[in-house]
Amino acid sequence: MKSIDLKEVQAVIDSFAKQDVYLHLETTNGAYASHHNEAFFSAGAYIRNALVQYEHGKIIGEGPYRVGLKLSIGWIYAEGLTHFEVDQSGRLLLAGLDYTGKLAVALQLSYSPFE
Amino acid sequence: MEKEKHILVVFPHPDDESFAVAGTLALHIQAGTPVTYMCLTLGEMGRNLGNPPFATRESLPTIRKQELLNAVKAVGIQDLRMMGLRDKTVEFEDDEKLTNMITEAIDELQPSLVITFYPGYSVHPDHEATGRAVVRAIARMSEDERPKLHCVAFSNNCLDELGNPDIVHDIRSVQDKKLAAMKAHRSQTEALLANWEEQVANKEVEFISQLMEERMWTYKF
Repeated sequence: MKSIDLKEVQAVIDSFAKQDVYLHLETTNGAYASHHNEAFFSAGAYIRNALVQYEHGKIIGEGPYRVGLKLSIGWIYAEGLTHFEVDQSGRLLLAGLDYTGKLAVALQLSYSPFE
Repeated sequence: MEKEKHILVVFPHPDDESFAVAGTLALHIQAGTPVTYMCLTLGEMGRNLGNPPFATRESLPTIRKQELLNAVKAVGIQDLRMMGLRDKTVEFEDDEKLTNMITEAIDELQPSLVITFYPGYSVHPDHEATGRAVVRAIARMSEDERPKLHCVAFSNNCLDELGNPDIVHDIRSVQDKKLAAMKAHRSQTEALLANWEEQVANKEVEFISQLMEERMWTYKF
């Protein structure tokens, strides 16, 4: 993965629009957050292989970035994105890595299901 | 340390074995006891990808699988079984399926000792679900047939509620293997172990004793 290039990522988001794509969406503060700090309220969410179709999508911000995907009857969005890669399978992998290199959020799109 | 016939270790994540019991297992293996390690997931949801990143969410499982193979080799474990569950989903699996998975392994291997996490005192939901499944499987056996069950606990309240661990293994004689196993899980431990030599040199007692004395509690049914 490399740091997000707004133009490059926008082009990939455009290329996935208006067709069935598999979505991975994840936010996490880690399973140990409340163990290390009992005052910390631990929360996160995870979807793997939701089959969706979006009308259009947009990446915006000055870094970390936000991505929103407009569905015909709803929305998908993620914030805190810093890095991206189009991997060998042509999948768009977007990740938000904190200052210590830990994943905080991920949004990924693929034409075939994630393993 | 009592000589065992066969040890079955059940943890959910690559690296659980190295942090918790690598030294204990190395000592048993040195004494000629066969060890089977059932590792339920590949730690697919690990958060440490580095910045700049060395992995992606999708490439991490491949990396952690290789790290697991390296760690198992460092400790000398002969029988590794990767069970194909997914990180952070163990507690959502069908409980009966998990129990049966453990029961089948116990029936096959006839271990004299089983090692897992202590339910209620092991912090991560996967740890908790793994410990519960092992306890359920052993609780179903008649008392005279049950293997011993040693549990790893590290929740903030574990000493208060469980008392002092009744099993403490000084693993200094095999510390090289313990360290090699931990280092094998590079994606998880590189930062932790970066100043290891320095901490040993400075005789930072708490850090060293945490690693060199492996603690467990005998499960009370």
